[in-house]
Amino acid sequence: MPEAAGEINAIWGVSTEVIGLWLAALLTLAIYSFLYGDNPVYKLAEHIFVGISAAYGAGIVYHQVLIPELINPLFRPALAGQDVPKYSLIIPGLLGLMVLGRFLRGHEWISRWPIAFVMGLGAGLSIPRSMQSLVLLQMHGTMQPVWPLVTAEGWVGVDNILMIAGVICTLAYFYFSLPHRGVMGGMSRVGIWFLMIGFGAGFGNTVMARISLLIGRIQFLIYDWLPTIGIHLGGPGVG
Amino acid sequence: MDTIVLLAIYFARRGDMYIRPIPGLEAVNDAIGRATEMGRPILYISGLSGISDIATIAAMLILGHLAKRTAAYETPIIVPCNDPLVMTAEREIVHQAYIEAGKPDAYEPQNIFYITDSQFGYTSAVDGIMVREKPAANFFMGYFFAEALILAETGNMTGAIQIAGTDADTQLPFFITACDYTLMGEELYAAGAYLSRNPLLVAQLKGQDIGKIVLVAGLLAGVALATLANYIAPDIFDRFQSWFQIHN
Repeated sequence: MPEAAGEINAIWGVSTEVIGLWLAALLTLAIYSFLYGDNPVYKLAEHIFVGISAAYGAGIVYHQVLIPELINPLFRPALAGQDVPKYSLIIPGLLGLMVLGRFLRGHEWISRWPIAFVMGLGAGLSIPRSMQSLVLLQMHGTMQPVWPLVTAEGWVGVDNILMIAGVICTLAYFYFSLPHRGVMGGMSRVGIWFLMIGFGAGFGNTVMARISLLIGRIQFLIYDWLPTIGIHLGGPGVG
Repeated sequence: MDTIVLLAIYFARRGDMYIRPIPGLEAVNDAIGRATEMGRPILYISGLSGISDIATIAAMLILGHLAKRTAAYETPIIVPCNDPLVMTAEREIVHQAYIEAGKPDAYEPQNIFYITDSQFGYTSAVDGIMVREKPAANFFMGYFFAEALILAETGNMTGAIQIAGTDADTQLPFFITACDYTLMGEELYAAGAYLSRNPLLVAQLKGQDIGKIVLVAGLLAGVALATLANYIAPDIFDRFQSWFQIHN
């Protein structure tokens, strides 16, 4: 039923906004209860999460992919803004149906064809893309002058030597067909050091991002949820 | 690069090729042995990217080898999936592995199942599996996102031996800190060749190694030209560097 302007949605006299807040807060606490150990409250939250996300995903695929991308252009062209049905969609539609061959006892092999098609297509498309973005572009960026060692901008030459040595030593670590002994062993050990320094920086950076997510959740509990039960701990929006 | 790989395949078929030891893969047998002795299952996660991702394909290759070994000891292997197509392919792979191991009756398709494609819905469910089923060994192979640390940390808490492998450089630090062994980047792709010793796969690895030498040579030439370009003929370096630019 359409709402009148300014009307507040309510269930049994409690606004849906407050109900939403309570649900979010209780489910947040239920998930955090896993820190204590596996327990029925966590199990409940986990099953709600999995069930809702799986069902929501199916709904999204149906409404945002199947209907507008396949059903409408093929069977209801007017709704897709076309004059005639787009018959070329029969091929992907058939491939999609073939996946359901899993359910035909004795004909499970039918589902292998669309899977092989998707795997082959994906791998074929990603190889040149990876070659460009992960190899050529990196090479392009690494080709830097190593002399003079010091310029007006700083120790540019030294930085470049470190970067080039890091790249070559790291590649040595990922060289599989020679034993890592002697010069090769030394280079691969230096390569590992470069990798670990990079990972350490990445680790610290991501931990900071995770801490900020935790702060966001705790702020939600303190400043949004607690005020609904009359507890005000100060902070944004509270005088 | 293709020619190098084809030549390497030709030579690989004529003789055995060396592959350096990869500790994470050497530990696979220990992990299976531990699970078998403890009478507990093995948990295998093949990442959260789709079936067409190279990391997922590498993860499925490893799963095939692993399943063949677990089949021999009838150690259950649990494979929760977040992609229905990956689940379908992995059922086929594990089934085939059980047939090849001569244990087709031990194959249990219900152990390879779909949960949800929601990242954290999947993560919470896998965490639940870890604490309830208490697998003796956890394998995290494939492409991972922010759930990597949550999964690895929960597995660590349950005391399972953990082997991870990913080409997601942002998640590698978490696997390195929370897992016993980690396959980094290309080691994940090399795993198929390492475990199977299939001449074709080994030769591909050899071809990639030769490709790396070519790239390093190109890189050093580029660095030399870039340095000389400061003093003589900068256009030579610009022309050389343009070979490595992306042309759409």
